[in-house]
Amino acid sequence: MHSHFKINSIAFISIVRKEIARFMRIWPQTMLPSVITTSLYFLIFGDFLGSRLGTIHDIKYMTYIAPGFIIMVIITNAYNNVASSFFSERFQSSHQEFVWSPISYHTMICGFIAGGILRGILTGFLVTMIALMYTKIHISHPITMIIITALTASLFAISGFINALFANRFDSIATIPNFVLTPLIYLGGVFYSIELLPPLWQSISLFNPILYIVNAFRYSMLGVADVPVATAMTAIFSINIILYTTCYMLVKKGVGVKE
Amino acid sequence: MRAALEIKNCKKTYKNGTPAINNISLSINEGDFFALLGPNGAGKTTLIGIIASLITPNSGSIKIFGEDLNTNPWFVKQKLGIMPQEVNFNIFQNSIQILENNAGLYGISAKEAKPEISKLLKRLNLWDKRYKTVRSLSGGYKRRLMLARALVHKPKLLLLDEPTAGVDVETRSETWDFIKEINENGTTVILTTHYLEEAESLCNQVAIINQGKMLQNSSMNELLQTLESESFILYLDKPIDIKPDLKNIDSKLLSATELEITIDKNVNISEAIILLAQQNITISSIKNKRNRLEELFIKLTQDNSR
Repeated sequence: MHSHFKINSIAFISIVRKEIARFMRIWPQTMLPSVITTSLYFLIFGDFLGSRLGTIHDIKYMTYIAPGFIIMVIITNAYNNVASSFFSERFQSSHQEFVWSPISYHTMICGFIAGGILRGILTGFLVTMIALMYTKIHISHPITMIIITALTASLFAISGFINALFANRFDSIATIPNFVLTPLIYLGGVFYSIELLPPLWQSISLFNPILYIVNAFRYSMLGVADVPVATAMTAIFSINIILYTTCYMLVKKGVGVKE
Repeated sequence: MRAALEIKNCKKTYKNGTPAINNISLSINEGDFFALLGPNGAGKTTLIGIIASLITPNSGSIKIFGEDLNTNPWFVKQKLGIMPQEVNFNIFQNSIQILENNAGLYGISAKEAKPEISKLLKRLNLWDKRYKTVRSLSGGYKRRLMLARALVHKPKLLLLDEPTAGVDVETRSETWDFIKEINENGTTVILTTHYLEEAESLCNQVAIINQGKMLQNSSMNELLQTLESESFILYLDKPIDIKPDLKNIDSKLLSATELEITIDKNVNISEAIILLAQQNITISSIKNKRNRLEELFIKLTQDNSR
């Protein structure tokens, strides 16, 4: 009889390996679209329009928006990886292997979340390499960057898992990214500082959680932010805890995994 | 002998109000080869699903090798190997990846699992297909792979939900031989099947359920002894026009060369053969009209449905 620790650690590695193999196998569907889209953004806002757009906080426009693009890619990739992978397991009923095996639900959830985090970070890294072809990026606060990257990727990976638990067809895992995440990201200060907005829109923007993530990440790279970074990081950490607890309770209750 | 599985007062009604399991209790000893039989919709798959933790019962308890599934799932789940009725693979993976990942879920690293995986793939004639993705495998190979997956962590209790459904005769025969071998090596086997002839020859214990209720739970021998009469088809050497006189043995002429006889359990079939011989009627071959378990199964389930 194997120990709890041995079973769960080997199972965790097994799930993560499977997840990496999955997103690497279908890289034209998983990572390439983000790389192409952001390359186009950099081309348009860097080469074509960049010289006409001036500066924000005395930073070249292209440099100012680069962190926003990178974190946007991390968010969408972390979310989509877990949502599509776990829903695909449910769709094929292969998630039953996790349910009838002796592993803890934490191991199952964390394995998928780790897969999402890794894809988010890997794609974010590729996009950063492309950004470096257009602009110089100096990392002002590397520790903050590591923490905010990990917390953001994990937050959206957990959200993707919760989405996959409730999804009943493939459309359902595209609804949240298309109709919730994308508007929030685009209105979350990726392309502008909220200081440029009228007061009403500035106030409305403060209710957008993505604004805090984008600004905390921008602060870690460029040293400028529209919101208090410590507050943003505490909020992101707290939401991680709340969402993970919710996710675990849902799985324990059997939502999406048992009848 | 200790119980491999104990189910007490298990009930399950689905959210749409469909009652699936109605107060079923069952005990299966270690080493048994147990047939769980019932018509379609009887509740067999639901019961297997409950034991496999895929379905939450409304009430009742499940113990495996003395440990409760709810309070000690970690122990219980390591002992169980499950082969569901429906194919439930990640179809984009190949056989090796599926078996390695599944071993990983039982704390066995890919390296540790390698010898067992090779052994199972070879034994189940899957070795040549080991790098093919599941979606490219035929139905029979998928079933064999499901069996290999259920065994990769060497379980002590094997649950097989219709392991030979939809496979060809040769694969079916090979599968039964393999399952028999597993049982002889000490693994308790519980299977559901619609192949009653095979269940009769393989299993030493049997339960018949219908509409979620237990109709019969006994040893196979005890059950077969309850059969009061048995029907045979006799194939005659030469055609006859008139039904022969077999005294108190019921008979029916199906065609000029086929005679159906029904004999009570206290009458020997040789009596019928002697009576026919006295009337110059000789027999080329004999077969059971239905196998004995099938006869009882139909009787029990029909009585219950009335």
